[in-house]
Amino acid sequence: MTTNVTMNAQAAAPVARQQSKIIEIKGLNFFYGKTRSLTNVNLDIHEKQVTAFIGPSGCGKSTLLRTLNRMYDLYPGQRAEGTIAYRGRNILDADQDVNMLRAKVGMVFQKPTPFPMSIYDNIAFGVRLYEDLSKGEMDERVEWALKKAALWTEVKDKLGKSGLSLSGGQQQRLCIARGVAVKPDVLLLDEPTSALDPISTSKVEELISELKQDYTIAIVTHNMQQAARCSDYTAYMYLGELVEFGVTDQIFMNPARKETQDYITGRFG
Amino acid sequence: MKTSTMNAAPVVNKVYRKRLLQHRVGIALSVAAMSLGLAVLLWILATLVINGVQALTPSLFTATTPAPGSEGGGLMNAIVGSLMMVGLSTLVSTPIGILAGIYLAEYGEENKLAQVTRFVTDIMLSAPSIVIGLFVYTIYVANVNHFSGYAGSLALSLIAVPVVVRTTDNMLRLVPNSLLEAAFALGAPRWKVAMMVRLRAVKAGVVTGVLLAVARVSGETAPLLFTALNNQFFSADMNKPMANLPYVIYQFAMSPYDNWRELAWGGALLVTFSVLALNIISRTLFNQKIPN
Repeated sequence: MTTNVTMNAQAAAPVARQQSKIIEIKGLNFFYGKTRSLTNVNLDIHEKQVTAFIGPSGCGKSTLLRTLNRMYDLYPGQRAEGTIAYRGRNILDADQDVNMLRAKVGMVFQKPTPFPMSIYDNIAFGVRLYEDLSKGEMDERVEWALKKAALWTEVKDKLGKSGLSLSGGQQQRLCIARGVAVKPDVLLLDEPTSALDPISTSKVEELISELKQDYTIAIVTHNMQQAARCSDYTAYMYLGELVEFGVTDQIFMNPARKETQDYITGRFG
Repeated sequence: MKTSTMNAAPVVNKVYRKRLLQHRVGIALSVAAMSLGLAVLLWILATLVINGVQALTPSLFTATTPAPGSEGGGLMNAIVGSLMMVGLSTLVSTPIGILAGIYLAEYGEENKLAQVTRFVTDIMLSAPSIVIGLFVYTIYVANVNHFSGYAGSLALSLIAVPVVVRTTDNMLRLVPNSLLEAAFALGAPRWKVAMMVRLRAVKAGVVTGVLLAVARVSGETAPLLFTALNNQFFSADMNKPMANLPYVIYQFAMSPYDNWRELAWGGALLVTFSVLALNIISRTLFNQKIPN
């Protein structure tokens, strides 16, 4: 936001924000070797909103998430067709620099994956890849990221200790802090709470609502309540197809498709 | 519960009784196998201690190997020679082995050259060490026309490198993909993920591999027969024939002189316990650092 915006523009900002699409997926197909796991997915992700992907296991929601930062590139034999326009540019293009893309589109995984280094270095690792900060600036950044992930008070006296010494819930928040520290544009969360206890889960959920202020978030979850609680948009997927996509309240209160209704009411899945 | 007859009498379930018997037989066989292995090891160690302990005098470390017929003497030249050759070969083989191991772990699945390298490494692992000695003799010693410590180190390195490569490769492949993905997800380039995350995750295991390679080469005799040969006198010049423990043990154990044979026992004791110590250190290190 520039400083010379008029009152009118500011008032209209929330509406305009909801409308702005940061990622536009068109005609996306995905293949694991010869097996097709996504079929003609069309979907828009809106800026500074939380988009949840729900659906039974194997429906392709994680696969979809992993196309958004081209994580599948690590494995020969996996490929995507179609277009994914991120801020207007097709990231599936062969000349897309995947490292730059991943620096902008961060990801947090199902299981906590602290690096085998100190808590401090876990956060600093990603920052050092793209920024040349002084010791003081780095200290500030680490503190900022850990505060964002609601972990600072628990670890501020042991930043030099190994990230592996933390509990599971703390490790996952460390991974979120690590993802936030590089100040990405979009944050992809792949079932971030499925390995956590209820208390850690609620902490992570609070975190998601807070992170939404600054980041666009896409979250895959098996937990329907979680999708209902934290997301603005929900996509229901089944067998590699996008069945229904819309505003979360509408999907949960008044779904257009019977399949969606059956899934969210627990009659199926 | 009144109608239940299951709990009425202590009827032992037939299937359970059979399983219990199998369990006991299994345990008994395992304990027997373990005791046999352990007994042999203890026997060897005890024999070494009984025969070698009187050679453990200060002069063992300060005097050089005695001339035939002369009294006393020690193994100083052989100890120094062994340390220098094993040390040099460790310095050479560690970086080569670790880098090759990283290469295999990173590209082993997708690349023909890596697959061939892994195959050749496996062959090298089981190659008879005397063949390695003869090989170095042919390509190096025969060309410069003299035995030397360098040639010995080279032969030892050829034995150590595949050990380090294999353990590094195996360790790195234990690192779960999820950890690598997490690093890639931050936009880290491949070399950084390999060096700073993957290698670091199994640091203890890789160090263990290096220590095991050191232990392996410190006891090798055959590759030194045709390369370093031996030297009756003290020499720290690696370009000259060099004394070393395994060779001296071999030579002295067969000799008619009592003091030589005693020194051979002392040397054997030294080598065995150093190797044992290295193994224990690497085990503890490995168990401490990789609990999960």
